Amino acid sequence: MRFDSLLDSVGGTPLVGLPRLSPTADVRLWAKLEDHNPTGSIKDRAALRMLLDAEKDGRLRPGNTILEPTSGNTGISLAMAAKLRGYRMVCVMPENTSEERRQILRMWGVEIISSPAAGGSNEAVRVAKQVAEEHPDWVMLYQYGNPSNALAHYDGTAREILEDLPSVTHFVAGLGTTGTLMGAGRFFREHKPEVRIVAAEPRYGELVYGLRNLDEGFVPELYDETLIDARFSVGPRDAVRRVRELLDNEGIFAGISTGAILHAALGQAAKCVRDGEHADIAFVVADGGWKYLSTGAYEGTIDEAEDRLEGQLWA
Amino acid sequence: MAIELRVPTILRTYTGGAKAVSGDGVNLAEFIDNVNGTHPGLKERIVEGEPEELRRFVNVYVNDEDVRFTGGLKTEVKDGDVVVVLPAVAGG
Repeated sequence: MRFDSLLDSVGGTPLVGLPRLSPTADVRLWAKLEDHNPTGSIKDRAALRMLLDAEKDGRLRPGNTILEPTSGNTGISLAMAAKLRGYRMVCVMPENTSEERRQILRMWGVEIISSPAAGGSNEAVRVAKQVAEEHPDWVMLYQYGNPSNALAHYDGTAREILEDLPSVTHFVAGLGTTGTLMGAGRFFREHKPEVRIVAAEPRYGELVYGLRNLDEGFVPELYDETLIDARFSVGPRDAVRRVRELLDNEGIFAGISTGAILHAALGQAAKCVRDGEHADIAFVVADGGWKYLSTGAYEGTIDEAEDRLEGQLWA
Repeated sequence: MAIELRVPTILRTYTGGAKAVSGDGVNLAEFIDNVNGTHPGLKERIVEGEPEELRRFVNVYVNDEDVRFTGGLKTEVKDGDVVVVLPAVAGG
């Protein structure tokens, strides 16, 4: 495969079968390997699309500074794209994200503004909105409300899956900005409406939910619940257990959030077996495990790993 | 056996600091009413309006599944189920 530049190589990722984790010959699991993108995560798709669309409609011009609230991956993807297209990049990131993510961002020349750990990404969004007001000339692409984020998955992720696996029955992905699920959800509703859209949402430790009033929660502007059919909350214990199963059984070394996605996919698979349904369940491997080694998720017992993840933004 | 409610930090003022309380009911609405009987004030932090609905920034899960996709407040519950209440948070 040949591309004119790194940016041209975003997307077109492999879809691989999981012969050992699939429960039966009739209920099969398929992994969409998004860690094969240039910076190693699914966020390359959204970042590139948001940046190109902003250039097209004139919101982004040469020499601009891009500002984005991110727990890591979107920042890394935007940083790569920004570097190649000549923009300065500033990220607002919760202080309880992994050290690897900070180092990688700095490596790509990103300036990092830390937001308080308590409150997680909600706080990063709040701080970024404040910073944007202080710097009206900076361009916030704002992944939580930018339709280009979802479009990247409508035109890319979901379309590729349907092409590679016309018999697909379920699509399972992580819920963060909701971009992947909204784009893929809309694509399948229009092109193969019988495909069930399943969301896996990471459940963090108490610190992340903070002491804030329940009315100060955050639902991304992109979110439209009619585009998904089921939504599961997955804690660190199940995420770690599954991410290790993926490595042990299928040789795939994925990030912790993928463990949460696989947990929901396996739950769906078990249900299909019980109901005697045929199923081809495609799920997203959002990134590789490299950036999370220092969290301790891959070493020792599950109990130890679970304890270490307490208070961390592991997805 | 009973149904367990996992209480988020912010709502523990209604449960004397307890992380989990228990109650009964055949569906989520009944269960919340039942728990509110022993811990007054909890309900109005989770539910609002007429007809009653979940508050916008509150997510409720029965055995880890978001009840907005399983019938909302009419979601059936039974002994041994775990109900989790959490504020909506961002990711990404």
